[in-house]
Amino acid sequence: MSDRTVGGVVRSAPAAGNATSGATGVEQSVDLSCAEAAARALADAMRADPSVVTLGEDIGRGGVFAQYRGLLAEFGAQRVIDTPISESTIMGAAVGMALAGLRPVVELRVVDFALCAMDEIVNQAAKARFMLGGQARVPLVIRLPGGIWSGAAAQHSQSLESWFAHIPGLTVVMPATPLAHYALLRTAIESADPVVFIEHKELWTLRGPVPLHDHSAIAHAGRIGVAHTARSGSDLTVCTWSRGLQHCVLAAEQLEGRGVSVEVIDLQSLWPWDKQAVIESAQRTGRLLVVHEAVQVAGFGAEVVATVAEAHPEVKLRRLGAPRIPVGYSPPLEAVSMLTADRVVSAIEQWLGL
Amino acid sequence: MSTEQLLELYRVMLRIRAFEDLADQASQGGTSAFGQATSAAPAPVRGPLHLSHGQEAVAVGVCASLHADDAITSTHRGHGHCIAKGADPWRMFAELLGRADGYNAGKGGSMHIADFSVGMLGSNGVVAAGIPIAVGAAQAFKLRGESRIVACFFGDGAINRGPFLEGLNWAQVFQLPVLFVCEDNRYSATTRSADMTAGEGAAARARALGIATQVCDGNDVIAVARAAAELASQVRAGGGPRLLHAITYRFKGHVSVDPASYRDPRELDRALEHDPIELTERVLMERGCVASAHASKPDSRIGSESAARAAATGPGPSEIASLDEIKRHVREQIEHAMQRALASPWPDAAAAFEDVQDSGGGVWR
Ligand SMILES: Cc1ncc(C[n+]2csc(CCOP(=O)(O)OP(=O)(O)O)c2C)c(N)n1
Ligand SMILES: [Mg+2]
Repeated sequence: MSDRTVGGVVRSAPAAGNATSGATGVEQSVDLSCAEAAARALADAMRADPSVVTLGEDIGRGGVFAQYRGLLAEFGAQRVIDTPISESTIMGAAVGMALAGLRPVVELRVVDFALCAMDEIVNQAAKARFMLGGQARVPLVIRLPGGIWSGAAAQHSQSLESWFAHIPGLTVVMPATPLAHYALLRTAIESADPVVFIEHKELWTLRGPVPLHDHSAIAHAGRIGVAHTARSGSDLTVCTWSRGLQHCVLAAEQLEGRGVSVEVIDLQSLWPWDKQAVIESAQRTGRLLVVHEAVQVAGFGAEVVATVAEAHPEVKLRRLGAPRIPVGYSPPLEAVSMLTADRVVSAIEQWLGL
Repeated sequence: MSTEQLLELYRVMLRIRAFEDLADQASQGGTSAFGQATSAAPAPVRGPLHLSHGQEAVAVGVCASLHADDAITSTHRGHGHCIAKGADPWRMFAELLGRADGYNAGKGGSMHIADFSVGMLGSNGVVAAGIPIAVGAAQAFKLRGESRIVACFFGDGAINRGPFLEGLNWAQVFQLPVLFVCEDNRYSATTRSADMTAGEGAAARARALGIATQVCDGNDVIAVARAAAELASQVRAGGGPRLLHAITYRFKGHVSVDPASYRDPRELDRALEHDPIELTERVLMERGCVASAHASKPDSRIGSESAARAAATGPGPSEIASLDEIKRHVREQIEHAMQRALASPWPDAAAAFEDVQDSGGGVWR
């Protein structure tokens, strides 16, 4: 990712964490990558609560994306559990641990391999609380790196968030900035219900300020179900999440130069999602474009658009997602599925007849 | 095995090594993981590239026991299996480079190469996913009364996934013609497989299901070929599945950009002394082959011994090229394959919409 892209998000991101903290929050901020922020969040949660454990393949060596770096040395193999390649048991055992009073953070490598543990996620973790009549809670977090990881092809590039948003019992979180990785992972670990935490693979190296010592800023940024307005505007609202934020902020900057004022909302969590913020903004601008990297057909954008349409038929609505094709390996094929700022710009140009 | 046959296996091993050396070079900086960043200039080979340096004898020894119409299933580390089953390196390179002439038309890349024309049913990005697929293909062959068999390659880490148990059980229950091959390279990504595996591994688990097994030195191509030939003929005779547990070692990191800093370098040094290609060269030289055309004559004792053996097993040292010449020739062929692949065109973006599905396929929305 280019510096410009990073800058685009970093310039507009601090609003979320620092809305209440102002200049001191920025001073106290530590510059972290998303991978570092997530590792830090897990370490801080493990320090704060001895019932937090983490398990998954290769995490003893820091995980393939270094998002578990340093944890084994500090917490030992009892709490940082290297596992066999056994996705269904990693997930199923985590459900058992949660039922028995631990707070497991599960690593499943990439969202594509969550499909090897779907029964444990959907039939066990998501339903236990309800099915067992409220006797049980399943406080666990499932970390699923998602999205196109350039060159990784069809089995390592999917965006499957709408699968999980469809399942009652699951909370679905998709952070877009280092601050969001830190703050939302802390909240997810404290949640009493299973949280699917989808981190975009191409965001691991994105850097940004995280006000680690400003508790109110962290608490503010860590509210699940609260969207973050990354950029204010008056002509059109763009609602996005995860890596889509980078592209949409860049697109908004480009369009600003041409006299179009775009508001960008980072949803941050898909369930629960901040209907109020999206509806309020869409009503104000009169237009809502939902942008996501996932396949457009039956994607979560459909849910957002339908919800707004039911409440406010006067709002004009569009979606931008990927075509309904597997992600190809070769650059020209992969590019067809890839979300870019240019694609967002041209969708808006077309819509507004620019 | 005759010297001629061994020379052929040697050539195929060299082909795999040369292919992966070039692929390795072309991939540096092509993916970010294991603490390595993507380079500014995109590498020609992108994404995770899993190399099988050090494991060539398993692919080559097993495929030597297969017929042209037999099938194989492979893993994420499948270049060797493809080449050993007869896939053409230039079209494999074209796939790694994402070109239109690639086996998968540029859609799959390294982890998904398949060549159905030689019975190679697919590499796979999901660990152990090839096991049930191999079992099903064998069931199809059996159902149609064909004498074809399936060789199913998987790693030592894959045996801890459910599909391993389910697939072996299934093959045994239905007495299917599958030769399971566990390529035990001691590692599962960054993890030592032994730390995560109860019992004695693949062979012990297969025996618990009543499947006959052999364990062999996976770096000794003669030993692999001998064991595979025995097991394959039992499978072909309708005896149900068999399992070959080949002990080998992964010379490189998990993927090409992984420096493998989690393992003791001395472990690698010891393993390098057991390089399957060098081991084969030693045997060939004992049988009278010369290292290079300019090398001094082998000493008379070895010479007479090898001459005697050559008389029994095939052409003598004077009739065959030196090992250096063979190596050079293979390298040239592989370099030529890469050049040819580099000249292949990029796929048309419209191809992204093709081969999705018949009904309702190839659409944006
Ligand atoms: C179901 C699944 N889980 C995890 C992975 C990630 N992964 C890719 S290769 C690998 C290690 C596999 O080890 P092994 O089976 O021994 O094969 P090797 O890499 O040693 O050839 C892992 C964990 C995957 N591709 N699929
Ligand atoms: Mg292995």
